[in-house]
Amino acid sequence: MNCRVCKQRAAVEVRRHHAAFCPDHFIEHVQRQVARTIHDYRMFGSEDRLLLGVSGGKDSLALWDILTELGYEVDGAYLHLGIGGYSADSLALAEGFAANRNLRLSIIDLPVDYGFSIPEAAATQGRSACSVCGLSKRYLLNEAATGYDVLVMGHNLDDEAATLLGNVLKWNTEYLGRQAPVLPAVEGLARKVKPLIRVAERETAAYAVLRGIEYEVEECPLVAGNKVNRLKERLNVLEEQSSGIKQQFLFGFLDRGAQHFGVGEKPELGSCRSCGRPTTGDVCAFCRVRARATAPPEERDS
Amino acid sequence: MKVILRNPKREMVVEGPTSVRELLEHLRIVPESVLVIRGNELLTRSERVDADDTIELRPVISGGG
Repeated sequence: MNCRVCKQRAAVEVRRHHAAFCPDHFIEHVQRQVARTIHDYRMFGSEDRLLLGVSGGKDSLALWDILTELGYEVDGAYLHLGIGGYSADSLALAEGFAANRNLRLSIIDLPVDYGFSIPEAAATQGRSACSVCGLSKRYLLNEAATGYDVLVMGHNLDDEAATLLGNVLKWNTEYLGRQAPVLPAVEGLARKVKPLIRVAERETAAYAVLRGIEYEVEECPLVAGNKVNRLKERLNVLEEQSSGIKQQFLFGFLDRGAQHFGVGEKPELGSCRSCGRPTTGDVCAFCRVRARATAPPEERDS
Repeated sequence: MKVILRNPKREMVVEGPTSVRELLEHLRIVPESVLVIRGNELLTRSERVDADDTIELRPVISGGG
């Protein structure tokens, strides 16, 4: 199999584009896909102050590299979630990446700054570790993005297709209305963008390897049974039988389906009684999780 | 050949030579879900792998970010 551009030996096949690429031309291909996405969805310009959520995984580090190569200045924010050695390793990888490229990385430490870890929170709530983790990330990154114009997220094509499938299977119409490449800023919440939505998960991993980026390869120890990951596995089976189906599913929805689910409607937001951040309720989900996780055991069940 | 798998990290021996496509079929791994790595190279499914190769099958699915 040879590179579509230079006819040298290929390193990566992109079946849905009926193409294969050598390392250099694959890197160019991915960077071009991201540049096109930023342009088509008018995500941000060179004058915008950008903050990227960085996990130490392949997607966020590959995206940081791509945006830097495209000429954008991007700061990173790492969330230390207190997941034992996994958090320590991924922090070291994020710090190493930033130091090698002279990029600015801020660190938000959930146990130190907020008094609880994700495993502790999961043990005290009636919800999964992934659910607690997701809502904590959204809260903390929105807070970290204060003073920035745009919060950039590393969600890839597979992340978005699997989320869409999960919401369709349950007809979560409210969530379907919120799934978009760009979420406009609302009071107290940063504008949020996803420049990797045209790049498949396998391609961000290949990009990271070919660029020599060291990333967290091991799976989060709390992720067992994660619903989104199970849906990704199912989608990959479909993709194998019908290449391009993930992209058709996601972009068909964005182009023709999303408009039917109230996309762009602003939620009714008030202020959290505890922290003052925007919320649809009286106390925001993060403050409820925090209160329960940090309460003495005898008060938790009352 | 030696085949390295992840999550959890483990090793196994598979007879070679063969193709990447046949190796993945033999192990019942969906090609879209892994990178196939030999040393510093990424291999497409049409590549041949030899009996004395060490091949890493690195999962690409992660929880995001």
